[in-house]
Amino acid sequence: MSQKEWPLWEVFIRSKQGLDHKHVGSLHAADAEMAIQNARDVYTRRLEGVSIWVVESKHVHASNPDDAQAFYEPANDKIYRHPTFYQVPDSIKHM
Amino acid sequence: METLELTQEEQFQARIDADMRIEPKDWMPDAYRKTLIRQISQHAHSELVGMLPEGNWITRAPSLKRKSILLAKVQDEAGHGLYLYSAAETLGTSRDQMLADLHSGKAKYSSIFNYPTLSWADMGCVGWLVDGAAILNQVPLCRTSYGPYARAMVRVCKEESFHQRQGFEIMQTLCEGSPEQKAMAQEGLNRWWWPTLMMFGPKDSESPNTAQSMNWRIKRFTNDELRQKFVDMMVPQAEFLGLTVPDPNLKWNEAKQGYDFGDVDWEEFWNVVKGNGMCNKERLQARVQAHEEGAWVREAALAHAEKRQQREAAKAAAA
Repeated sequence: MSQKEWPLWEVFIRSKQGLDHKHVGSLHAADAEMAIQNARDVYTRRLEGVSIWVVESKHVHASNPDDAQAFYEPANDKIYRHPTFYQVPDSIKHM
Repeated sequence: METLELTQEEQFQARIDADMRIEPKDWMPDAYRKTLIRQISQHAHSELVGMLPEGNWITRAPSLKRKSILLAKVQDEAGHGLYLYSAAETLGTSRDQMLADLHSGKAKYSSIFNYPTLSWADMGCVGWLVDGAAILNQVPLCRTSYGPYARAMVRVCKEESFHQRQGFEIMQTLCEGSPEQKAMAQEGLNRWWWPTLMMFGPKDSESPNTAQSMNWRIKRFTNDELRQKFVDMMVPQAEFLGLTVPDPNLKWNEAKQGYDFGDVDWEEFWNVVKGNGMCNKERLQARVQAHEEGAWVREAALAHAEKRQQREAAKAAAA
């Protein structure tokens, strides 16, 4: 008897037309087609979605949380990237 | 090394104290990981085994409407189990390992499912009382410190309130029916009241892990606090139905603005936990049987997927 588990898939759902697909969880399935069918049953029993993406979990590459501080640090001191950094005279409209 | 480790643990605790979530790849103490795997998998097992006492009534539901509702509820429970197994897997355990632990009896599930469902009123009681108790346990867990667990619980809680309402509606229909139906409802409450109170676990004084779990915010109220809340919530609902809560010591306490109530039969509680409840053997047997009889399906699906992949690869190579 095979002892192999079905592979793990990450599930992304578009909740309605016009919105992004969003990660909702994961599940096991033998192949992509079954993963989509299972995702329909597990994650959209109450009309939560109009479109499903599945990605085999082993294909997801992630940033390392231990490096988060250094990794995102470059954005810390660049407040001039935000519109609130600039002063606009009161008399100027539509800016 | 020792100081470094301590610092890491202190940082971890500080994040929890600040109500920040811990995510799968973040550093966490081994004990936190182990406790969570145990807690989440137990919860998942409870959802899975919880399908059995209700599945027992699907073919005998009194109407097509009730049958459709019961089917949907049991399907939800399968879904809840799957959300939770996935959350536990992010901690480094595998689905096969968790199922093996359930089937060998090493892992526990909620003892409530070791009680039999003898009449249709029991479907009412399971929804109204058992799911009511589950909701009290689960709502605070939507804010638990482990991200994947909290997110799974949000999903579970959204679906659970339908379960409780359909149970209450079954009870209400029976209570407004014939004297026999009302008696059936009362008998159901008589049998389910005490086991439901046991769902909150041992008394605080006998629950040594509570303090650590509260500190880690993987538990947000103590067992006794939740049990008190449950009694205060359910007694007025039983009164509305015209049913009598089977506890001679139940009495409103004006000073504490809550009910005083009798002590749970702890001997029975531990006996069921240890595997000697009315249905422990039957439930586990049903799970193991379903798993073993489904083995060929799991194998065939994998073989089919592999074959198709090879066929597609060959087609691509030829093109």
